[in-house]
Amino acid sequence: MSSQNLTIVQAVRDGLYTEMNLDDEVLVMGEDVGKNGGVFRATEGLWDEFGDDRVIDTPLAESGIVGTAVGMAAMGLKPVPEIQFSGFMYPGFDQIVSHMSRFRNRTRGRYTLPMVLRAPYGGGIRAPESHSESKEMFYAHEAGLKVVIPSTPYDTKGLLISAIRDPDPVIFMEPKLIYRAFRGEVPEEEYTVPIGEAAVRREGTDVSVFTFGAMTRPTLEAVENLEEEGIDAEVVDIRTISPLDRETIVESFKKTGRAVVVHEAPKNGGLGAEITATVQEEALLYQEAPVKRVAGYDVPYPLYALEDYYLPSVARVEEGIREAVNF
Amino acid sequence: MSVLQRDPQDQVRVLDEDGTVVGEVPDIDDETLVEMYRYMRLARHFDTRAVSLQRQGRMGTYPPLSGQEGAQIGSAIALDEQDWMVPSYREHGASLLRGLPLKQTLLYWMGHEKGNEMPEGVNLFPPAVPIASQIPHATGAAWAKKLRGEDDTAVICYFGDGATSEGDFHEGLNFAGVFDTPNVFFCNNNQWAISVPRERQTASETLAQKATAYGIDGVQVDGMDPLAVYSVTKAALDKAKNPAEGEGRPTLIEAVQYRFGAHTTADDPTVYRDDEEVEKWKAKDPIPRLESFLRETGRIDDEGVEAIEADVKQRVADAIEAAESDPRPDPSEMFNHAYAERTPEIQAQYEEFEALREKFGDEGFLRE
Repeated sequence: MSSQNLTIVQAVRDGLYTEMNLDDEVLVMGEDVGKNGGVFRATEGLWDEFGDDRVIDTPLAESGIVGTAVGMAAMGLKPVPEIQFSGFMYPGFDQIVSHMSRFRNRTRGRYTLPMVLRAPYGGGIRAPESHSESKEMFYAHEAGLKVVIPSTPYDTKGLLISAIRDPDPVIFMEPKLIYRAFRGEVPEEEYTVPIGEAAVRREGTDVSVFTFGAMTRPTLEAVENLEEEGIDAEVVDIRTISPLDRETIVESFKKTGRAVVVHEAPKNGGLGAEITATVQEEALLYQEAPVKRVAGYDVPYPLYALEDYYLPSVARVEEGIREAVNF
Repeated sequence: MSVLQRDPQDQVRVLDEDGTVVGEVPDIDDETLVEMYRYMRLARHFDTRAVSLQRQGRMGTYPPLSGQEGAQIGSAIALDEQDWMVPSYREHGASLLRGLPLKQTLLYWMGHEKGNEMPEGVNLFPPAVPIASQIPHATGAAWAKKLRGEDDTAVICYFGDGATSEGDFHEGLNFAGVFDTPNVFFCNNNQWAISVPRERQTASETLAQKATAYGIDGVQVDGMDPLAVYSVTKAALDKAKNPAEGEGRPTLIEAVQYRFGAHTTADDPTVYRDDEEVEKWKAKDPIPRLESFLRETGRIDDEGVEAIEADVKQRVADAIEAAESDPRPDPSEMFNHAYAERTPEIQAQYEEFEALREKFGDEGFLRE
């Protein structure tokens, strides 16, 4: 297999390109995805390659984008609508929770929606108001949706292709903070990374650190720093928020007996709560310390002058791990 | 007959591209006309400097307004003191006229929440970033004024051509029609929603004609002709407060114009539009048009223009100086305004945060 050295946003584009070449039913739609190539260039060149019927600049209307994609998918197309920033998904929220998530269930499987709703999410890029939130749990709370968040270029392409091929609707949230932060090897050919499987990024014995998306980087940095203090931490990249890979989570926790969850979403009702409950339910007797959550605070995401104080930093992650280990 | 009673495709104009009078000059005193010019120059210079601050890394992403001064200033100057303004995120000029200091606009785009803390007595909503989401607020605010019997007050709401595709546009205007609220819906049709042209937003020939479906008046105006904008806005505000027998209060104004620059400093318009088109619209620049009219009619001369130029430069320089010397917001402010009082959980998180700050200092949080 030949491979290329791509950033995450290039891997998004490559995943779309690869799958659009293989399957004529796949189309891309959204605001500025055509001639402009997307505001983050995630669809660059696709309009030239596939034309106006498969790379569609839509009116500025998120409910229209999601709702018409639902109709297209019900007819057998495989639309991949883009919402420009996850903070602008809410006009389409009714379509997402009332229809996209439950068409299969409401029709007893007669109609299904093989669609993927992509959106960049998360903070840290000094963006204006409403451009930085991390609200993956809104969608994880909705049965019928799968929620995927990659953290590497390789996973991005493989998970995106899996999402497009998945018979059910997928919310594909892209960590824009690390869209261009680093490059990784990405095969030119098609391949998949399975939805619903977490990845152990680093093996360790003292504590399990669960994270995903843009927070994998400060987490891995913190864990490396803590080696000097003699702490050997395991890092699990969740990758699929829903359905959650409880098996990998519990297996890791049984090994270490201690857990820290790191995410930029607010603490209240964040994935940390779900992971904590899971290890309590399935591995209580292995538990050596309270599960520590290092998360966004339960306040509105601040304008960017203060965003560094809101997002989990390396120092905060380190301190959280120390707390779990030294309990 | 009112300037509003016309076909939505019949664009209102007062000045042609050279500043020659081709329509009915509105009844404005000389001083206000010169102020109109001053504020347009101020908005333009502010915009140029703001883009440059962003380029120098002194400010974050910023949405420029150049080309849209005629629409912003021509409309905002028609408001009475008690009227309210509900902006989108590009109305730096209109907001300034409503009383928001330039310093605060700069602070907002520099990422300080304080930019949104409206000074007492400034009848202005904070900028709304999600497209069209402010339109129903404007309807509600005007409805409140009506319900409370404050009949001398109208609410003007700004949004762009792209916003007319959103559900909130429909719902806001529909409520206004049903409840006959004192609203002026001012659509800054600058031709482009980032890279998507006006023709991709709607198959309607004009945006103004959408008003017909809500049972309200719709009027199209040359948005780069400040005098025409003033005439139309003034008539719409008057009607909102004091409609004639059988006349509805709300109006949709489509101000046809062009944004000379990018959607925001994060956008590169050369990817999606031709220089030729930009140049064509630059010939309609509202500032020389008004200046030419003021000179021709003896309201301003070289000396007056020079004095305004100096004043404008000074005011923008002062605002930048004031914004940049404003202390960084204290990080603990994050916890102060989610609710009237901190909840126990927020208080606990605040205490944990302060303990971490004490232990690690700001270096424990700040990224490069």
